[in-house]
Amino acid sequence: MTGGADHAVSEAAVVARGLSRAFGDFLAVDDVSFSVHRGEIFGFLGPNGAGKTTTIRMLTGLIEPTAGEGRVAGLDIRRERRAIKRTIGYMSQLFSLYGDLTVAENIRFFSRLYGVPRARRGERADWVVEMAGLTAQLDRRTETLPLGFKQRLALGCAVLHEPPILFLDEPTSGVDPGARRRFWDLIYALSEQGTTVFVTTHYMEEAEYCHRLALMNRGRLVALDTPSRLRAQLAQPVLEVVVDDPPRACEALHDTPGVVEAALFGRTLHVMVDDARAGTEAVRARLAAAGHTVHRLREVEPSLEDVFVARVRATGGAVVG
Amino acid sequence: MSRLSARRFRAMARKEVIQLRRDPRSLILAFLLPIALTVLFGYAISFDVDDIRFAVLDRDASADSRALLDAFRSSGYFTLEDRVPDRRSGERLLEAGRVRLLLVVPPDFSRGLHTGVPPALQVLLDGSDANTATIAQAYAEGIVRGWALRALGDPRLGVPLEVRSRIWYNEELSSRNMIVPGLVAVVMMIIAAMLTSLTIAREWERGTMEQLAATPVHRLEVVLGKMAPYFAIGLVDVALVSVVGVALFGVPFRGSVVLLALLSAAFIVGALGLGMFISAVARSQLLATQLALILTFLPAFLLSGFMFAIDVMPAPLRAFSYLIPARYFLVVTRGIFLKGVGADVLAVQGLLMLAFAALGLAAATRAFRKQIES
Repeated sequence: MTGGADHAVSEAAVVARGLSRAFGDFLAVDDVSFSVHRGEIFGFLGPNGAGKTTTIRMLTGLIEPTAGEGRVAGLDIRRERRAIKRTIGYMSQLFSLYGDLTVAENIRFFSRLYGVPRARRGERADWVVEMAGLTAQLDRRTETLPLGFKQRLALGCAVLHEPPILFLDEPTSGVDPGARRRFWDLIYALSEQGTTVFVTTHYMEEAEYCHRLALMNRGRLVALDTPSRLRAQLAQPVLEVVVDDPPRACEALHDTPGVVEAALFGRTLHVMVDDARAGTEAVRARLAAAGHTVHRLREVEPSLEDVFVARVRATGGAVVG
Repeated sequence: MSRLSARRFRAMARKEVIQLRRDPRSLILAFLLPIALTVLFGYAISFDVDDIRFAVLDRDASADSRALLDAFRSSGYFTLEDRVPDRRSGERLLEAGRVRLLLVVPPDFSRGLHTGVPPALQVLLDGSDANTATIAQAYAEGIVRGWALRALGDPRLGVPLEVRSRIWYNEELSSRNMIVPGLVAVVMMIIAAMLTSLTIAREWERGTMEQLAATPVHRLEVVLGKMAPYFAIGLVDVALVSVVGVALFGVPFRGSVVLLALLSAAFIVGALGLGMFISAVARSQLLATQLALILTFLPAFLLSGFMFAIDVMPAPLRAFSYLIPARYFLVVTRGIFLKGVGADVLAVQGLLMLAFAALGLAAATRAFRKQIES
C-alpha cells in the first residue's frame, strides 16, 4: 500500500470547495470541502442518504452544484463537464452495463464511446477480460452473470480508456465478502499503477482499505483523515460486551454514569466510556442489576464505526439511515 | 459544444441494433404489426355500404311491384332477406337486426302508377347505425326514381333532370383506397410511440442512462444513434404497407416512389423524435408507452382524417387537428397514392414535414440535455 497522503497537495486530483447541492428545500450536500491527492484511494463513508452519491454526481459532471466549486484533474466541474467525462472513469451505484449485450459487446461499446484508439482496443479488451476473470464468459449475456462478475466487468468498462481518476459509487454493494475482497484487489492494482480512486461505501470494513477517509453524515463532512489517525483521535476507550440479549442490554446501559455511548456492533455491544477501568465496573454493575449475564467484557481497539458515531455526536447530530 | 463523433454515433446505433435483434417483442411490433394492420383494415374494416339486407311487404303483388323488387335486388346494394306477410313480422325482423330496411308496397301501387295518383311507397330503416341508414335511404330513393323513369318514362315519379356525377381519384369510392395510404402515417406513429418509448425508458429503468451520461457521448449522438435503426425500420414499413396495399388490395399508386420516400423520411424523423421526447420525459416504460399512445398514436388515428373526415368534426376538434402532424402527412400519402400529385402540389406539406422533423429532433435532444447533462 502506498501512502497517498504523502503526495504533494498542489497536485490534487480532485478539489471541492464549499460544494453544496439542494433538491428543493432539502440540502443533500452542505458546504463540503476536501482535496484528493494523486494516486490516492480516497473513501467516502457514511450511511445511505448522507450525500455521498450526490457529491460524486457533482464531481463527475452529472449534476450541477447549487453552490461552491470543484475541480477534477484540474478541470472545472461547472464549465468543463465534457472534458471531465473524457478524463475520468465512473461506475454508478446500480449495475449499469447492458444486460442484453454480451460481455464482449459491452466492452466494445464502451471502448468506442470512450474513444479508445482502434489499435489499442483489442489489447484493452483483453486486459479487462483477464482482470475481471471473464475469459470463459466473453459471449455470455451480461445479465446472466453473477453480481460479483458484473461489478468487475463494470469496473473494467470504466477504465478502458485508462483514466487517471476513477469514481466508484458503492461498487460492491450486495455481494459477499469474498467478491468484495476480489474487487478491492483490483482497486489496489489500479492504484499502484497511479490511478486516483474516489470510492463511496457504507461498509466499515471496506473503509479500512482506503488511504484516507471522509466521514459524511446528513450532507456534511464530519471528519477527514487516514483510518488509523481517525481511530487514534478517538479519546475515549471502547469496551466490547458479549451478552445474550444485546438490544435490551444496550437499552439498559443508557445514562449509566461514565458511559458516553452504547451501540450494537454485530452481535456484540460497543460501549464508549470516559475511563476504561471505572467504565468496566460501571457497565458490569448496571448489566448485573438489569439481570444480564456478561460473557465477555474487555477493552478493544475502536472500529471506524465507533469513530463515526463519536464524530457525529461531537458535531451535534444523529446518524441518518 | 464539442465536436460530434461519427464513431460514437455508430457505436450507439450498433448497440441499438443488437438490442433490437434480441427483443422479439420489438421486432413483432416493428414488422408484423404494420402488415397485420394493413390486412385488418383492408379486409375487415370498411366504410362502404353494400349488401344491405332488406325485407319486403308486398301488398300489391302486381307485375309492377315485382319489377320494383327486381330493381332493388339487381342494384348490387341490397340483398333480399325475406318476404313478410304482414307489417308486424317485418318490424320484428328490423328489431332483431336481421334486416336494415323494410320496403312496404301499398295495395294500390300498380293502379296508382297508371292512374296518375302517386302511390306512397314506405321504407322503414334501422337507424341504430345512422351512417348505414342514411346511405341505404339514399340508395333506395335512387333505385325507385331510376326504376320509375325507366318503367314508365314518366317524369312525374322521377326526377326531371338526371345528374350524372363522376368521382375522381377513387372511382369506386372504396374506403380501402382511402385507408391504406393513411396507414403509412398511423403505422409510423405506432413505431414512434411504442418502439422508441420502450428503448429509452428502458435505459432509465435499468440505470444504463446514468452510465451513458458519465461517458463523453454527446446528447445528439445518443438521439441520432438510437433513431437510426428505427428510421430504417420506418422506411421498410412504408414500403411494406405500400406493397401490401397495392398488391393485395389493388390500391392505386399513381405518384412518385421517390417523393413518397423523401416525405416519409422527414415524417419518420419527426415522429421518432416526438416518441423519444416523450419517453425521455416519462422515464418509465409503462408510463412512456401510455403517454406516447395518447399523445401520438391516438390523435394520428382518430383526428388526422384517417378514420373520420376532418370537415365534419366539431369546431374544437377541427381546430385541434391542425396540431397533428399526421393530418398533413395524410394529404401527402393520399395525394401520392391516389392523385399522383408531385412536389409542386405537396410543397407546403413537404415544408411542414421538414418542420416536424426539425421539431422532433430538437425536442428529443433537448429532453436529453436536461436529463443527461442536467
